[in-house]
Amino acid sequence: MQAVGLTKQVLSGDQPLVILHDVSFEVEAGESLAIVGASGSGKSTLLGLLAGLDVPTSGKVLLQGIDLFEMDEDGRARLRGELAGFVFQSFQLLPALNALENVMLPLELAGAKDARRRAEMSLQQVGLSARAHHLPKHLSGGEQQRVALARAFVTQPRILFADEPTGNLDAATGSQVIELMLELNRAQGTTLILVTHDEALARRCGKQLRLAAGRVVQ
Amino acid sequence: MSLLRLSLNLLRRDWRAGEWRVLLLALVLAVGSLATVGLFADRVRQALQQQAQSLIGADLRITSTRPFSPEYGEMAQKRGLRVVESRTFPSMVSHREQVLLSEIQSTEPGYPLRGKIEIDDGAVHVAQSIPARGTVWVDERLLRRLDMKVGDEAGIGSRRFIVTARIVKDIDQSIGFASFAPRVLMNDVDLASTGLLQEGSRISYRLMIAGDGKQVAALRAALQDKLSGNEKMEDVRDARPEIRTALERAEHFLGLAALTAAILAGAAMALAARRFVLRHLDGCAVMRCLGAQQGQVLWLFLYQFILLGVVSVLLGGLLGYVTQAGLVESIASMREASLPQPGVVPLLKAAVSGFALLLGFAFLPLLQLRKVSPLRVLRRELDSPEASGWLIYGLALLVLASLFLWHAGSLKLGLAVLGGLLAGLLVFGGLAWVLLHGLARNAYFFQSHWRHAFNNLARHGRSAAIQVVALSLGGMALLVLTMVRADLMESWQGKLPPDTPNRFVVNIQPDQIRPVQDFFVRQVLPVPELQPMVRGRLIAINDRTINGNSYPDARAQALVDREFNLSYMERLPAWNELVGGKWWTEGENGQLSVEEGIAKTLGIRLGDVLTYDVAGSTFTAKVTSLRKVQWDSMKVNFFVIATPELLRDFPASYLGSFYLPPDKVRAGDELSREFPNLLLVDTGAVIAQVRNIMDQIAQTVSAVFLFTLFSGLAVLYAALLATQDERSHEAAILRTLGADSRYLRRLHLSEFAVLGGLSGLFAAAGAVLLGAVLARFVLDIPYRSDVSIWFIGCGGGMAVVMLAGWLATRRLVLRPPLRILAAD
Repeated sequence: MQAVGLTKQVLSGDQPLVILHDVSFEVEAGESLAIVGASGSGKSTLLGLLAGLDVPTSGKVLLQGIDLFEMDEDGRARLRGELAGFVFQSFQLLPALNALENVMLPLELAGAKDARRRAEMSLQQVGLSARAHHLPKHLSGGEQQRVALARAFVTQPRILFADEPTGNLDAATGSQVIELMLELNRAQGTTLILVTHDEALARRCGKQLRLAAGRVVQ
Repeated sequence: MSLLRLSLNLLRRDWRAGEWRVLLLALVLAVGSLATVGLFADRVRQALQQQAQSLIGADLRITSTRPFSPEYGEMAQKRGLRVVESRTFPSMVSHREQVLLSEIQSTEPGYPLRGKIEIDDGAVHVAQSIPARGTVWVDERLLRRLDMKVGDEAGIGSRRFIVTARIVKDIDQSIGFASFAPRVLMNDVDLASTGLLQEGSRISYRLMIAGDGKQVAALRAALQDKLSGNEKMEDVRDARPEIRTALERAEHFLGLAALTAAILAGAAMALAARRFVLRHLDGCAVMRCLGAQQGQVLWLFLYQFILLGVVSVLLGGLLGYVTQAGLVESIASMREASLPQPGVVPLLKAAVSGFALLLGFAFLPLLQLRKVSPLRVLRRELDSPEASGWLIYGLALLVLASLFLWHAGSLKLGLAVLGGLLAGLLVFGGLAWVLLHGLARNAYFFQSHWRHAFNNLARHGRSAAIQVVALSLGGMALLVLTMVRADLMESWQGKLPPDTPNRFVVNIQPDQIRPVQDFFVRQVLPVPELQPMVRGRLIAINDRTINGNSYPDARAQALVDREFNLSYMERLPAWNELVGGKWWTEGENGQLSVEEGIAKTLGIRLGDVLTYDVAGSTFTAKVTSLRKVQWDSMKVNFFVIATPELLRDFPASYLGSFYLPPDKVRAGDELSREFPNLLLVDTGAVIAQVRNIMDQIAQTVSAVFLFTLFSGLAVLYAALLATQDERSHEAAILRTLGADSRYLRRLHLSEFAVLGGLSGLFAAAGAVLLGAVLARFVLDIPYRSDVSIWFIGCGGGMAVVMLAGWLATRRLVLRPPLRILAAD
């Protein structure tokens, strides 16, 4: 993945506000990159742009040589479905679906025939087979994040985007989740782009990108 | 296919989580309300129609002074319609030494086609056939006047007949002046043997037709051009203007009731769909993030909505059917009336409307879901996407407008209500927003929970304004219905006071005026006001000669081809209302006043000059006023009234109407004996029948109103439930910060009181305006503004919304906050 001159500017009232300023970097397949910085430094905005969830004011993101922003929104969605997995701070499980159904969702959207079997396997990998039929509200935070991991890895993505995956968890649970995520990452050879506050976690990634006020400082 | 399967899976899972329940409830209630009102109205309409048809004994009646061409009967039979012919003529009936001019009707088996004749042949019962050969049935008047009883012989023409029954309840009486002599019913096969059927006999031939409504209408259209000048075709609406007016108003009212149901449903659907979208924004963003394309998201929900529509329509249809059946069972007079089964059309109409409501209200939100930004997974505070484009708004508006016009059953009614709704939508929305913000700014005068409530409402300005608009529009519709119903009832009840004239006395010669008036004084009866009557034919309008061919309309043709009853008088009759021009003052000459209905039919305007032919002479005069006539006043009315000098010199007879109390019936007989040339017309039976029909219409209107009110409350409850989420989250946070359940309850009730009070105020304002428009331009009834509507609106709105709100949120304040926050 290659980011070239990414800039994001929004209007705050009548005044333009630059959230990201000319950010460029490169991540090789299988590498891991931690994006760190204080609150409001532009980390989540950068992650959103890298995943094609938002469009930049200028600059481009090349994924396997394809410019994400030359595609329309549906094209990017298709690409995300094929290549990307996501883990969020707030888990983002669908409340009406049980754990198994949440894991099945990306497979079903892609029209996979063996969605149930693959989802069950994925839940087994995160140690939650016994909780497969529980609704998110009946799961603890750590369990919900493990379901989110199972959902992220079930499609065997080439690249995993993780936004503060331990932000809503206590230290012990957070560390278990991180171990699990890194292990799955290694096992599948997935490229990892991780946004975090946690310096220790950042150091476990192959590369770090430090942001301050929307600019790369390291 | 896999998308469909995924959609159904999502639906199943969402259903399990209760996501669809509010929307389903709103839609089921919507379809249920529409189906109930539709089915019920259909049954009552059919029943009223049938009952009204019994007044002419058929669905369609052709009368003529000559025998009919057999082709008419054949045309009817080819369409599967039933046909009966009868002949009516005046003749003397004798018993011992006494004779009495009576109206003889000979008829074929099968008569009457609509309605029932009740007879007393020892026991009172519904006649199953017509009189057997050699026998007749006669009415009470004949028995009394000829001192006869059942079993006696009566002479008609050259034959003698046995009177085998007294007619208790008659039908097929025309309100014309020719047929109100005592009645005799005989078998048609006996007619020839009376020797009365001769050249020059004054026989009125009647061809009565009944059967499937569509076929009758088709036959009517087919016969229209074939009828000759002396053949007149009429259904009950032509024959009875007072029934026509009552039926049309009742139909308008029922249309309005159905429309109200649709508006309430729409309000609830809009709120429920909004809640659905808000609750699914995150889910859609996740799906978009996981690779779902816009089209996929749209179809995922579209499939679900279609399935929801099918289920709702089935459940709503069932609910509607069961409710209307229960409604009929619960009203004694309806149960006894054995209403006909409803047709399938109202169910189909409710089903189509359900889908239209669903698409009209859900299509926009669905498009919003499709466009949700995947970035929302990272930044939840992103606003929900706005559906854009006039095309989409236009489409929703078009669907709803068509629905309104369809259910109103009248373009005028539909447009009036639609206009009122659109105006309400804009005005109420804007005012609500401004007022809520104003209240919040000036909240420091109030107690803490009120202050908090005002601030809450102002903070959710848009959402609160939407709620106020929905509640106001629903309330407005209900209040309009309440007012219109009250006005309608009053106008009907006011129509027929107990001393409504029940006798017409006709054919009084000028030299009999004084003796007749003396007779009334002697009998201690109020002396009727006698009006002169001159027969004349309209031959020209503004020097343009006219005849039947000048008009395409059959009614206009019939009016021009026959002689009118003209009258002259100095003063406008009290039961007539001037609607155009000016009534003449003493000394003004050469002027005419025309009834507005006939003026419209014949294209007569104020200022036109009309030429009449009266007994071979002509006169010309200018139309200087138009009148509205209360045909159901049972008083003497004329289409055309002239200034006295125009008609005074033409031969005239006089007529009047009066109320003959039941204990003075004999006075009527005496009048006929003393003045044998007078025709005394008994309209008492007709009045009783009209009153009965109007009573039933009134009961129906009340029942439908109550049901609409009930379904309105139920739908509004669903609507309030749909906005529960916003409150739920806030209540949890407040409880975490130490608010006790009493505070929360007061806070919620204060919010609901403001919402309800504002909505009620707007609803009352809208209802007063819309009610006035409807009364004046659509229902044609006097509008009475009533101050109480404002109190009912504000107080009722506050109470209803507080009650419904309390029901919807009472559990909220008791749930542990962590459970709510965790679920969020």
